[in-house]
Amino acid sequence: MMDMPPKELHTLRVNGEALEVAFWPHRTLLEVLREDAGLTGTKHGCELGECGACAVLVDGKPVLSCLQLAVECVGGQEVTTVEGLAQDNRLHPLQEAFADLGGSQCGYCTPGFLVTAKAFLDERPRPTREELKEALSGNLCRCTGYLQIFEAVEQAAERMAEAGRAEEQGR
Amino acid sequence: MSPQEHEGGSAAGQHADAHKVSHTRGGGPGGAFNVVGKARRRVDGRAKVTGQTRFADDLVLPRMLYMKLLRSPHPHARIVKIDASRALAHPSVKCVLTGKDVPIPYGILPVSQDEHALCLDKVRHVGDPVAAVVATTEDEAEAALALVDVEYELLDTIADPEDALSKPEPRIHDYGDDGNVHKRVAFEFGDVEAGLAASDRVFEDVLFFEGNTHLPIEQHATLAAVDENGRVVVYSSTQTPHYLHRALVKALGLPGARIRVIATPNGGGFGGKSDPFNHEVAAAKAALVTGRPVKVSLNREEVFYCHRGRHPVLMRFRTGVSHEGKLQAMSLETLLDGGAYGSYGVASTFYTGALQTVTYQVPRYAFRGCRTFTNKPACGPKRGHGTVQPRFGQEVQLDKIAVALGKDPADLRLMQLAQAGDLTANYLKLGTIGLRECIEKVVEGSGWRDKWQKLPYGKGVGLACSSYLCGAGLPIYWNDMPHSGVQLRLDRMGGVTCFCGATEIGQGSDDVLANMVAEVLGIDPADVQLVTGQTDVTPIDLGSYSSRVTMMAGNAAIQAAERARDLIAGPAAKKLGIPRDRVAFQDRRVFDVEDPSKGLTFEEAIVVAEAEHGTLGTVGSYKPPQSPAKFKGGGVGPSPTYSYSAAVVEVEVDPATGWIHVEKIWIAHDIGRALNPVLARGQVEGSVYMGLGEALYEESAFRRLPQKLSRANVHKFPSMLEYKSPTTLDMPEVVTYIVEDPDAQGPFGAKEVGQGPLLPIMPAVANAVFDAVGVRVDRCPITPEDVLRALDDKAKGGAGRVGPAAFPAIGWPEPLKVPPPWEGGDGTAVNQKPRRSRPAAAGK
Repeated sequence: MMDMPPKELHTLRVNGEALEVAFWPHRTLLEVLREDAGLTGTKHGCELGECGACAVLVDGKPVLSCLQLAVECVGGQEVTTVEGLAQDNRLHPLQEAFADLGGSQCGYCTPGFLVTAKAFLDERPRPTREELKEALSGNLCRCTGYLQIFEAVEQAAERMAEAGRAEEQGR
Repeated sequence: MSPQEHEGGSAAGQHADAHKVSHTRGGGPGGAFNVVGKARRRVDGRAKVTGQTRFADDLVLPRMLYMKLLRSPHPHARIVKIDASRALAHPSVKCVLTGKDVPIPYGILPVSQDEHALCLDKVRHVGDPVAAVVATTEDEAEAALALVDVEYELLDTIADPEDALSKPEPRIHDYGDDGNVHKRVAFEFGDVEAGLAASDRVFEDVLFFEGNTHLPIEQHATLAAVDENGRVVVYSSTQTPHYLHRALVKALGLPGARIRVIATPNGGGFGGKSDPFNHEVAAAKAALVTGRPVKVSLNREEVFYCHRGRHPVLMRFRTGVSHEGKLQAMSLETLLDGGAYGSYGVASTFYTGALQTVTYQVPRYAFRGCRTFTNKPACGPKRGHGTVQPRFGQEVQLDKIAVALGKDPADLRLMQLAQAGDLTANYLKLGTIGLRECIEKVVEGSGWRDKWQKLPYGKGVGLACSSYLCGAGLPIYWNDMPHSGVQLRLDRMGGVTCFCGATEIGQGSDDVLANMVAEVLGIDPADVQLVTGQTDVTPIDLGSYSSRVTMMAGNAAIQAAERARDLIAGPAAKKLGIPRDRVAFQDRRVFDVEDPSKGLTFEEAIVVAEAEHGTLGTVGSYKPPQSPAKFKGGGVGPSPTYSYSAAVVEVEVDPATGWIHVEKIWIAHDIGRALNPVLARGQVEGSVYMGLGEALYEESAFRRLPQKLSRANVHKFPSMLEYKSPTTLDMPEVVTYIVEDPDAQGPFGAKEVGQGPLLPIMPAVANAVFDAVGVRVDRCPITPEDVLRALDDKAKGGAGRVGPAAFPAIGWPEPLKVPPPWEGGDGTAVNQKPRRSRPAAAGK
């Protein structure tokens, strides 16, 4: 009944790096990231696609990693987790804003919110509040009541737009 | 309006004690605040947004094994036989534990030691664990559960309190008051029947509050190991590492010094991680048996079986008022569905009757409460512990009284608010009360006066108020020691390490500690290194429950920091050549209050202090004041002070579908003082959010399977998809008012904020629904089906009400009669039997 199949060696592209990981083919991307690749920043709250805590980006799009087999992501897709948001020890504007404005209380749902918000702002840099609510409606948070999360994403959007303008002018 | 008499003499300009701090003024020169009150990134903010916060399931140790629990499919059954031989034969299975391997019972309250790590002789609810399988991988441990053969002999199910009251057999436990009644309590503070008879009007209401659960996004997880010195170390998502430590000592039969409990940051708690859990004890035992680290991570369904959530409560209020609406007497009866174990239930029962008197003046008050055992996961403490359900009933009934008397519900409340410093009928000593300002804020902000009874049909507003503890006055087990302790270590490199047993569950307990230390020593909170929640390293803190951490750990931290300040001030004064009373602390400097340019850096000051005193360290501790309640059972309800909240909710109700759309919420909370306004607001909004879920969607309801499927009593929906937690799309606009009425008991005047603001939301929604469509839903959650049934009832000429019809006969004991203070009472019961010197009621 439970002879485990042999592990297979695969190459995943995670946060811009090629990771060689051996894992069982039935394993979800969530399990492989957390348990085989040691990237525990991504969380789990239900393993059934209900809470959004396990969201990661695959080729820039939010994916519930508990519903995705890791073997589906070994074809060169770029996986982004919360560990990949900060660059050179510089926090992403979303991370700064969540930390400053109360967007994170216990912090458990935070990685899922951050990557989902990043994908959304990349598509829609200056969203309305209603669009933002819609984009984040698959992520549950039991601590904040969401309002400080909305404000954090909106502040980050503003900062990112400012940074974009500054870069334009610098050219 | 706030009493300032405790501020001491450290007025600005008087340098007589410039290095001293007083409790409602800051640590800077002249009592200015250095850190307190400033919006600031929480000290653990970075870790939370980078994924660096290490929750229990993020921990991995070499040679780690995985544990899964085999759970009962039956609600009530005797265990005839367990045969683990097939599981043990599998090569990857390292050990199988059953009840006889860990036979010593434990439980959170000394009076309810009724749990076993693994069921010993019978199972009491679907999901009760009977065996633990430990294997080299989690997949194999899970699969091997099917290889453990258990033979059960089914027993009749006790499904609900009505069952429990009418069927004394089969008994779920062999202790408790009688049959399946766990506990009955009865109190009378003044002659309530005479008070009701003398009232102009008496209102009687029976209401029901359905159970619900915490639903933290983090599922419980524990990693246990035997460390290099042979000690058992248990990392766990617990809100109460000290109480877990005590339970492990008992259940494992080991000395306390051989066990270390490390509370990992909790991914949400809300009261759901406050009990010692069977998976924690079983993992520790498995680590001792195998000599290897053992991890157990619960899945979401298992979290629903851990439960300890809000008790379903049926309640009856009989309240007498004068023609003007002044409360004359109140009688409250509550019937709790406790589920299968004691948990905090005895305390929960007392709490259903504890806080009716702290918001409005109630001259005579009677309370009777009864908790029953049923074959469901145990109920326990959820945010607002035990006080939420009767607060719903009380605030809905007040709304009915206002409507019946033709009075504005806001005015009805404002005319009889409890007063600062009052001693209530049931001997609770009140502190500051910002409730008047809270009501005024939400009334004005919401435009209440132009909306109540004035909006078009289908739209309505509702108002409700509440109050909550700032920490339980008594510990869970009787002792005379502090409830919280802090140790500081001052580093000659300029850092300060703060050790405290407090547990970070997202509420910001780490931030409070850093805030207090930084305020007193004039440094940046980021300079404070925190070591928290480790029973082998940190001084005791009893845990993150009863909204106690800011009050208790905060005051302990202030005391430790003031002692550190005293150690530094002398040598710094000597070095600066100024009198000691001119030394001030601010901006990482220690300087002359009269000539701020003359000073030392904080590091330099530590160096001179260390040179003079030797290694620098201090301690601080906190114990709540003695309660004036001396009667048996008076130990539940006292608190150093109480927080206050008021809310107005505006709804639109569709009379065709019954759908309730919450348009906007105005909430004001009297926090005493907001230590970090960002976090304070987050706690208020988070409470509103959770309250909204309870008001509209959330219920831990059970159903009986059909006969051919064993008639088991099963949770209706142990999953996140069907247990409805509000999403981003369900959250309305919230206007938050932070009311600051500093309290002399609180650290720099602060009171609690984590639980109180939840309480007014459910009754305010119910009252708004009445204002919108003229029907009363006397139960919570308030569903569209309820609204439609009430509308239908009204259309057919009925009262337009849905809710319970009657309160059952309980067989109450003779109440303890305690005359209220204004009738010459001294806090003792006139009919109490002689008793031992210590209070018998468990605190929480």
